Amino acid sequence: MTEQIKVRRVPAGGSILQRLSGDRPARPVYLALALLILLGWLLVALDGGQFVSLENIVGIQQRSAALGIVAVGQTVVILAGSLDLSVAYLISLNSLVAAEIMAGGDGAVLPGVTTVLVVSALVGLVNGLIITRLRVHAFIATLGVALIIRGLLDQRYDGPAGSVPASFLHIGYDRIGPVPVSALLWAAVAVSAWFLLSRTRLGYRIYAVGGDAEVARLSGVRTGRVVVAAHVICSVCAGIAGLLLVSRLAAGAPTVGTDGGYDLESIAAVVLGGTALAGGRGGVAGTVGGVLLLAVLDSVFNQLEVDSFAKDVVRGVVLVAALAIYARRRRTA
Amino acid sequence: MKRSLPIFVVLAALLVAIAVANPYFLDPPAFLAFVKRAAPLVILAAGQYFVIVSGEFDLSVGSLVTAEVVIAARLIDGTAAATWPVMVLLIALGLLAGLVNGSVTTLLRVPSFITTLGMMLILSGAVFLWTGGSPRGALSPQFRELGRGSLGPVPWSVLILVVTAAAAIWAMRADFGRTLVAAGDNDRAAALSGVRVPRIRTIGFMISGLSAAVAAILLGGFAGVSAQVGQGLEFQAITAVVLGGVVLGGGRGSVVAAMAGAFTLEALFTLLNLYGISGALEPAVQGFIIIGAVALGAVNFRRRRPAVA
Repeated sequence: MTEQIKVRRVPAGGSILQRLSGDRPARPVYLALALLILLGWLLVALDGGQFVSLENIVGIQQRSAALGIVAVGQTVVILAGSLDLSVAYLISLNSLVAAEIMAGGDGAVLPGVTTVLVVSALVGLVNGLIITRLRVHAFIATLGVALIIRGLLDQRYDGPAGSVPASFLHIGYDRIGPVPVSALLWAAVAVSAWFLLSRTRLGYRIYAVGGDAEVARLSGVRTGRVVVAAHVICSVCAGIAGLLLVSRLAAGAPTVGTDGGYDLESIAAVVLGGTALAGGRGGVAGTVGGVLLLAVLDSVFNQLEVDSFAKDVVRGVVLVAALAIYARRRRTA
Repeated sequence: MKRSLPIFVVLAALLVAIAVANPYFLDPPAFLAFVKRAAPLVILAAGQYFVIVSGEFDLSVGSLVTAEVVIAARLIDGTAAATWPVMVLLIALGLLAGLVNGSVTTLLRVPSFITTLGMMLILSGAVFLWTGGSPRGALSPQFRELGRGSLGPVPWSVLILVVTAAAAIWAMRADFGRTLVAAGDNDRAAALSGVRVPRIRTIGFMISGLSAAVAAILLGGFAGVSAQVGQGLEFQAITAVVLGGVVLGGGRGSVVAAMAGAFTLEALFTLLNLYGISGALEPAVQGFIIIGAVALGAVNFRRRRPAVA
């Protein structure tokens, strides 16, 4: 049944552009990405800068890694027909948990990482159970959990706290050739999520539940468990992103998640990648494209030294325009 | 009306609890001050209700409020003569933002979550691009009068709130309200029975934009100019509406209950302050109560599946 949901009819005729982007939701975002890179390269060259430099490529990867990891998790919950607004505060919480525990030195790295992953999984479990057992809409449930985490953070911390041993900083700063370790971490998370979604039973069920929960239930899927599992995966991704940010900041910070706007931005990246907000359609490949698109946009603006407020305006326009184009394709296809 | 009973019970309980801690709370001046403080959020919740009941979201109201206050300060810049023209302009801007939200959502079929998220980015970016990063100028005393002054013993904002509430209730009892709820409950069925769904949803968004403009005028007067004046208001308004038993996804709930939800939220903040729960823990308590209230509501509503009301 999942196959039925994923298969899309391709119009026989149509322009090359339509045929290129007609069958898979992830294609247009890469097309847009290629165009944007070309445009950015041109603009920056006209401005007298160099766009395709090692420094810039590494920068784009590093900037997008944390958002990318969160967005991969967000993809999983959105595909399941849910949504997670608590990731930003969860990232802050995780950065503090990690830095407090790792303050012990090298020996405390493993316990720190384990604790963060356990805490994240628990928060995801709570999110999922509130949504499925108490029947609270995901928007309100995760907003409520976000408020609870924020209250705890405000209560206990005024500023950065804890520290991490130097060995842990390698994750944030090292690179192999032109590829930073953080980008490899992101790639690993994305590939695991891709494998989960397209090659495992749980993945098929996530698509089924997001496509039509009632039909999935009638076909024997325990929809509640699937939604809970998706939320646990999403929160664990937020945990990994928190670890990555800690390894760059060298300390935990109570505002690192909200400053990055990871909640709404990750949702924006997911839908830019062609995943339907209503669930059941899309995938990780598109999300990776969406995150890269945002990062390249960012980098072009930085190189041209455009005002950060103008950046917001352009982002808003790009987001709405992209979704309008997707909606058009969906109707005509 | 039956289904929205829980929120009135909760609101009454909260008011009693506040009165127990502070016996003067139910005296007219103190109570009017409470209503005055609550007015902007209640008005925003009423506007948000029209969007939510038609099956959509409006995440742009918070940044719209900020944008309007910043624009007002820059344009008025302390001169009394500019007050009224600028207020008219603010109302027009609110309606325009709603029109754009509604048209993009209904005609271009962009999910309203994304449309209004984009609008939020565009508004906050554009306004600070225009003022160079921080609010500039000042509001005139005449402008601020509406938010902090009063007519005899009754604050202006309470009067505006009463008028808004009456208008909202009237609109929901008219044909417009019924078709709006029908569109939110099942847009296909509504369209097949002759409702122009895109138009009616767009009007819902425009009402939300209008409510943001009114709230901005009151907040600007009450709290003054700052870049944070509207921060988080969109989530508070949505929370208030949902607390009132209005279902996200549309088609169920009453506007009176939505406004009661906003009062409940404001009463909750007051109570937390009174009992000395530190500012830091406030969000946590709020989170628990929102989840709890909505969960209880969901349990109640499953038992009696009411018709659209």
